[in-house]
Amino acid sequence: MSITEVQFQATSIEDAPAVAIQGRSQWQLTWRRLRNDKVAIASIVVILLMIAFALAAPLIAAAVGHPVDQAYTLKGENSFGNPVGPGTNGFLLGTDYIGRDLLVRIAYGARISLFVGIVTTALATIAGVTLGLVAGYFGGVVDAVLARVFDAALAFPFIVLALALASVFHPSLAIVIGVITFFSWAGISRIVRGQTLSLKEKEYIEAARSLGAGPWRIMFLDILPNVLGPVLVLATLYIPTAVVFEATLSFLGIGIPEPAPSWGNILGEAQSFYAVAWWYVVFPAAALLITTLAFNLLGDGVRDAMDPRTERLFAGVKSERSKKNKRKIGKGIGPDLAQAVLVGEPNVDQSGSATGEEG
Amino acid sequence: MNMVRFLIRRVITGIVVLWVVATGTFFLFFTAIPESAVARNLAGRSASPSVLAETTRYYGLDRPIPVQYWHFLVNLVHGNLGQSFYTQEPVTTIIKQDLPPTVSLVIGAVLLWLIVGLAVGILSATRARSLFDRLATLGVLAGISAPTFVVGELLIITVFVQLNKHGINFIQTGFSPLSQGFVSWLGTLILPWVTLAVVQAAVYTRLSRGSLLDTLGEDYIRTARSKGLSERRVLYRHAVRAAMTPVVSQLGIDIGGLLGGVLVVEQVFSLHGLGYQVVTAISQGDQPVVIGFVIIAAFFVVVANLLVDMSYAALDPRVRIS
Amino acid sequence: MSDQLISQASSASDASADADGDTLVRVENLVKHFPVRGGGLISRTVGQVQAVDGISLTIKRGQTLGLVGETGCGKSTLARCIAGLIPITSGKVIFDGRDITNLSRRAMQPVRREIQMIFQDPYGALNPRRRVGSIIGEPFAIHGTATGAERKREVQELMERVGLNPEHFNRFPAEFSGGQRQRIGVARALALRPKLIICDEPVSALDVSIQAQVLNLLSDLQRDFGLSYLFIAHDLEVVRHVSDAVTVMYLGKVAESGPGDQVYEHTRHPYSAALLSAAPAADPDAAAARQRIILTGDVPSPINPPSGCRFHPRCPKAQELCGTTEPALESKAGDPSTHLTACHFPVEAGENLAAAGRKDQQ
Repeated sequence: MSITEVQFQATSIEDAPAVAIQGRSQWQLTWRRLRNDKVAIASIVVILLMIAFALAAPLIAAAVGHPVDQAYTLKGENSFGNPVGPGTNGFLLGTDYIGRDLLVRIAYGARISLFVGIVTTALATIAGVTLGLVAGYFGGVVDAVLARVFDAALAFPFIVLALALASVFHPSLAIVIGVITFFSWAGISRIVRGQTLSLKEKEYIEAARSLGAGPWRIMFLDILPNVLGPVLVLATLYIPTAVVFEATLSFLGIGIPEPAPSWGNILGEAQSFYAVAWWYVVFPAAALLITTLAFNLLGDGVRDAMDPRTERLFAGVKSERSKKNKRKIGKGIGPDLAQAVLVGEPNVDQSGSATGEEG
Repeated sequence: MNMVRFLIRRVITGIVVLWVVATGTFFLFFTAIPESAVARNLAGRSASPSVLAETTRYYGLDRPIPVQYWHFLVNLVHGNLGQSFYTQEPVTTIIKQDLPPTVSLVIGAVLLWLIVGLAVGILSATRARSLFDRLATLGVLAGISAPTFVVGELLIITVFVQLNKHGINFIQTGFSPLSQGFVSWLGTLILPWVTLAVVQAAVYTRLSRGSLLDTLGEDYIRTARSKGLSERRVLYRHAVRAAMTPVVSQLGIDIGGLLGGVLVVEQVFSLHGLGYQVVTAISQGDQPVVIGFVIIAAFFVVVANLLVDMSYAALDPRVRIS
Repeated sequence: MSDQLISQASSASDASADADGDTLVRVENLVKHFPVRGGGLISRTVGQVQAVDGISLTIKRGQTLGLVGETGCGKSTLARCIAGLIPITSGKVIFDGRDITNLSRRAMQPVRREIQMIFQDPYGALNPRRRVGSIIGEPFAIHGTATGAERKREVQELMERVGLNPEHFNRFPAEFSGGQRQRIGVARALALRPKLIICDEPVSALDVSIQAQVLNLLSDLQRDFGLSYLFIAHDLEVVRHVSDAVTVMYLGKVAESGPGDQVYEHTRHPYSAALLSAAPAADPDAAAARQRIILTGDVPSPINPPSGCRFHPRCPKAQELCGTTEPALESKAGDPSTHLTACHFPVEAGENLAAAGRKDQQ
């Protein structure tokens, strides 16, 4: 480069206008890291596909010409009155015990499962965050009472409550949503409370108080943004728990009532036919497993994107999802492994309890 | 001395909880819906008017609520949980009959998942990053994502059906009591145990691995090693014991979930235990059985929590003092 | 009753000046105790941390009161009491003629516009998840004084005023240096044009070269806006530079207070003298020539303070009276009435405490 060029560059830099530079927020940084995580992206794709599948249910029904509730006793059942297999008579995935198109039912079932999973988690998150903030910030008696409530709610066998409610009021979507929301919020509250308790002592909170900020303003504008990270991870991991809980309830007959299809319902019906109709079990089970797996992997990915120091328990960064589950565990073990295990990981016990352990 | 006081406090809390649950149950079943609906629920959907009247009289549904509540509590304390309309048997009899399968299932499954979970977790932690550890991690992932009943059904389709096809009849559905032979008893329980244990073992593997890794990083472990203690001694006398506390507390939380697992597994494998009974009762509208189950479940949860608290206190002395 | 209080206050403040017109803040006998909870089945209060035990002081309009003392003497607690951040056990805080002691949050709200704080830790005083513009603009939002474009303008003006580039108002605190973050804190405190700014060790966490910049900024702002400062620090040289009046605290009580040059040139309390002797001097020869007063004994705990004069276990001049009777805060012979000392045997002119200390140890 000649001297004149260098001078030219120097002049233009000095004259460059001062641009209002946007700082990168935590979310932007997280998203960037997430974008590079192949497993997480794959999970997002799978989830989006599943959502598309669910939304397209009526279209699918129209395409194959089989409405969701239509029982085809002739072409949908074989001579023994049992379901027919995939590919016969235009039933792409086979039929169920009264000859209904399994593919269509699974698609409609996706609607219910995803709807329940997402709505209950959203409600539980709102309730859980609010209560956790209140308990943590106000402290004192309020906290003493609320903390006890959280602990009790976490240990409570919700399936028993679901049983009782279904017995008294007869199974319904409302009961399902109510019970699942009711059991999901406590784990979130506990985490939020823990974080709030420690954040409360920070100087900038004191500064906010000295400015005259009221408790609600401080809770939602100062504390909440610092708490959203773990909450997001937790919520992502609660969705599959909710989906599975709904499926379990429906399987037992105390969830979504007939004839509405839910993956759990279908699997419940399939119970008597597993010997003669493997598709009746495998396809809804596959749908359920794929969905749960995708959300779990995504939650893990989000947590890693938020705080790259914790070890990825589920996969390496540069791995590919393959049917044979061949994975490279990429990162080393850090001292924060226990943190990874303990921070906001709900106990994905499908039969009915979810816990958020304290991080 | 501290232990006794601790125990007493916990027992009192347990009794209070039971009372709260009983009250809640009463309110739900007897006051949340109109009286006629209560009678219908208790007597069965197809009950005739005379049976309805009899039920109303038997349960005292026409009496004022506080009186009903009192009778309910009194009955409860005496172990009278009413009568199944379906079989006309007292509910307590039904419960006694259905206990063996459930108890076999629960104890076996808990032992299985604890042993497997802890063993794999400890081995993983001590061989971190090895092939074993990575395989275990994969297993954990699979286990955590799978709903219990799906695992059960898949196991039936694969193991049970395939074995039967080849004439091996060791594994059976249904329940064979211990009194009729150990092998057949085992045959009916292996798959249910595995089903219940799979998800939980995954959770406990991850938990114990993480907890142990954390503990192994602590300074006092380093001190023990530098004192010249053998690795095995360091591990088992110091590290593992300290690492167990989160596992125990997790166990306390899992008790609630265990009930759901029992319900599901008994359904899938046709184990005629308490879970199976109550699900049938709901589909038949046999409410007295449901009420009985709720109370028993609460009792079980309270007692189990008490046991867990005690072992937690035995492991960590700080708990006794607080 | 109130007559007694007023006369007490008058004796503690400048008698010749018009107390109400000139005085912005008057603190009367402020006491703040923190309960110490014991164990047992029900936690009982087994003791009190006597963080602030009867402090009276005044801050005049447009002036700076420096508050010094070692760590744990209660100065931060005192600051927070005055700012209304923690409840006061007993005593009064009178701000601009109004009694603001233990007001409810609602009643305190308008007062908050007039009393602001700057904190010690530049890394902790700003919410890392909020943009700087939002942080500085928060006072406007809370008190509803400016919105939208007007607020942005005000914020940028403030940023310029404290020496920050107004184009950076969308950045996060992490992108600024320690000194710049303190400036952000200053801008935030300045937003509503308060009358009093309490500076809790505002430069202790900064590099020395940056300290000067921030101090100069504070002094410019005082001049431009007629601010009063309560300046808390443990570095005596800094305090000397910025303060008009100085109060020396020891273990929750005032040891000595008065106009700056009085306290520094004519030090009367042995503790103040010890502090001054320990302050590093820039000139190495002077430093070598200076004799340090070495205090003996342990640092006492505020839960169980010594009887009588709290300083007596460590005082080189202590005598029997000091252990039994607490000295009153009053002006000593030869001092102006504004210079108050709490000591039975104040330091005389020319007295060499260093020698006295060493003699005691022999």
